[in-house]
Amino acid sequence: MNHLLPLLVAFPLLGAGLLATAGRLLPRIAAETVGVVVSAGTAALALVLLLDSSPPLVEWVGGWSPKASKGGESVGIVLVGDGVGLGMAALVSVLTVAALAYSWRYFDEAPEGRAGTFPALVLLFQGGMCGFAIAGDLFNAFVFFELMSVVAYALTGHRVEEARAVQGALIFGVVNSLGAYAMLMGIGLLYARTGELSLTAIGRGLDAHGGPDALTLAAFVLVLTGLLVKAAAVPFHFWLPDAHAVAPTPVCMLLSGVMVELGVYGVWRVYGTVFSGPGGIPTAGLERALLVLGTLTAAGGAFLCWYQRHIKRMLAYSTVSHVGLFLVAIGTLTPEGDDGAALYVLGHAGVKAALFAVAGILLDRYGSVDEKELHGRARELRAPAVLFAVGGLALAGLPPFGTALGKAVSEEAAGGPFTVLYVLVSAVTAGAVLRVAARVFLGLGPRPEEAAQAETKGTGEEPETHGRLGRLPDTMVVVPAVLLAAALTAGAVPGFAGLVSDAVSEAGSGGAVVTTPRWTAAGVLLGLLSTALAAGLAALAVTRPHVTAPHAWTGPVRRLQSGHVGDYVAWLVAGAALVGALAWPAVLGG
Amino acid sequence: MTVFPYLVAAYVFLAGCYGLATSRHLIHAVGCLSVCQAATYVLLLAVGYRDGGTAPVFSDIEPGSRPVVDPVVQALTLTDVVVGATVTALLLALVIQVVKRHGTADPDELRELRG
Repeated sequence: MNHLLPLLVAFPLLGAGLLATAGRLLPRIAAETVGVVVSAGTAALALVLLLDSSPPLVEWVGGWSPKASKGGESVGIVLVGDGVGLGMAALVSVLTVAALAYSWRYFDEAPEGRAGTFPALVLLFQGGMCGFAIAGDLFNAFVFFELMSVVAYALTGHRVEEARAVQGALIFGVVNSLGAYAMLMGIGLLYARTGELSLTAIGRGLDAHGGPDALTLAAFVLVLTGLLVKAAAVPFHFWLPDAHAVAPTPVCMLLSGVMVELGVYGVWRVYGTVFSGPGGIPTAGLERALLVLGTLTAAGGAFLCWYQRHIKRMLAYSTVSHVGLFLVAIGTLTPEGDDGAALYVLGHAGVKAALFAVAGILLDRYGSVDEKELHGRARELRAPAVLFAVGGLALAGLPPFGTALGKAVSEEAAGGPFTVLYVLVSAVTAGAVLRVAARVFLGLGPRPEEAAQAETKGTGEEPETHGRLGRLPDTMVVVPAVLLAAALTAGAVPGFAGLVSDAVSEAGSGGAVVTTPRWTAAGVLLGLLSTALAAGLAALAVTRPHVTAPHAWTGPVRRLQSGHVGDYVAWLVAGAALVGALAWPAVLGG
Repeated sequence: MTVFPYLVAAYVFLAGCYGLATSRHLIHAVGCLSVCQAATYVLLLAVGYRDGGTAPVFSDIEPGSRPVVDPVVQALTLTDVVVGATVTALLLALVIQVVKRHGTADPDELRELRG
């Protein structure tokens, strides 16, 4: 089975090549069919491999495996298909199928003879993300990281005639590329120390060298910077709202649903295989760094999420704050925390992609994603209204959604004050979603007034379809419904959490037997509490807008998001210094 | 082997970051990003350097007859150059579109996407 691993990358790349070359001859329907078939085939392959991933599959591409005669060193490309890597690849592929199905005959007619461009780019994106998920050596992780990033910039700026789209794509490109180069510097330092590139071999090399020193710390900070930029942790997060607010809706589903989470996955993978040994960074260092950054990210993202009127931007900030919760969960460095994060990522992917899909319906029907402008205008859209509200409740952690189970397990692993963080953050972000649902789809409450502060409005957006939509295509409603159903299944089907937990513990803690995550009374009650809080916040915002409207003191915080690429780069450098400062004491003490 | 090439790599990277943070023109910013990337070339090549080593091309030297520099980092650098060319080309294309749509290439004057 392990010989099939490279196909996870090769299939989508071949499909993309086919569409890019033959796309000018194909009619649009054929090009889109090829896109869906190839991505669905890859998804099926990922699922089949996933079922066979215990013990983990290891493939040295082209037979360049380490030879004992050469001292066990190898410069070959290694792919590792364990439960978590293949699980991420499967999640990527399934969500790609959903995004392509959602965009079925949906975009503006592409220019003559270029019907294959968009599906080709999406397939490239899928190939890059699958490659990153199963890369077993650090340099190829970097190459796939860059592949998915470059395709993501191109997809974000796909509508090149739009001022916001190109600005967002440019900011996204500069900040993420800089993060990737920082990561490459770190990889260079690790190679200098160990002469190895495969993850496990670097880990062994570091351990053989003795305790951590300045070089280990520098490499750790640089690699982590690249991954945290991708994960959009505060203060590396500024690119995310700018990019997600302007990207085409199917692309937003992929960016928020899996690409950002791959950054979190990368942190988990690299720490677990490279830096967790005695020659790496002591656990206290990573724990402090992730818990501090995760808390900042969760709280900051939720704060800014609440004050957005641009619906896609609001969802983007909600992704930022949930990434913070994932980082806190893996920052506990316990098997339970890893289980919680894995379940939370799965549930969140379905819910967030569904919410973006519904926001896309608003955009294509009304040419606006502005909460204030759309007040009461979407009363006619019954099914999308239900989907958006259900998505909001799932985001809040209403049992038995997968998000709720992930949240409950993570809460229990983190414990103490972090419980409050989890409840408040999910309540505030979901409250913002429910507020939008109540205002836009039901027309509740007084018409909101214009704010005095500078803010990004969602008015005057170009629909992505050919003119404004009259009748909704079935795919645009069915896809979010299926995604929400999948998120529900992830939490409600008994045994699913156990499978996830087994996969995570085999890949992470070496198969140590841990308790299977399950619903607990406390978890259910806290989930209901955050749902009730979210509903209460939404009700308060709708009935008493002046209480929850942005106050003057929020201005300076919101202005940090300046849309200026230089500011974001400065924040990136400051963030790297912060990561170093947080991990440093542990290295000194160790 | 001295520490000097590593200091150069760090300096070039930070100089690129400084240029990016203070840039007044988007093409200049994309250039600064390439400067940051140049730092990775310096670092990788410095890592693979060996005193007295020659190029790892075995068509005209006997393998094992004399020291060669590490070919792995050179392969990495080449891959990195390819990646950098892609990124730079794409970003410059986006800059052209930004100038067309916003009428300016000064990041201080891009007024969208705030708050």
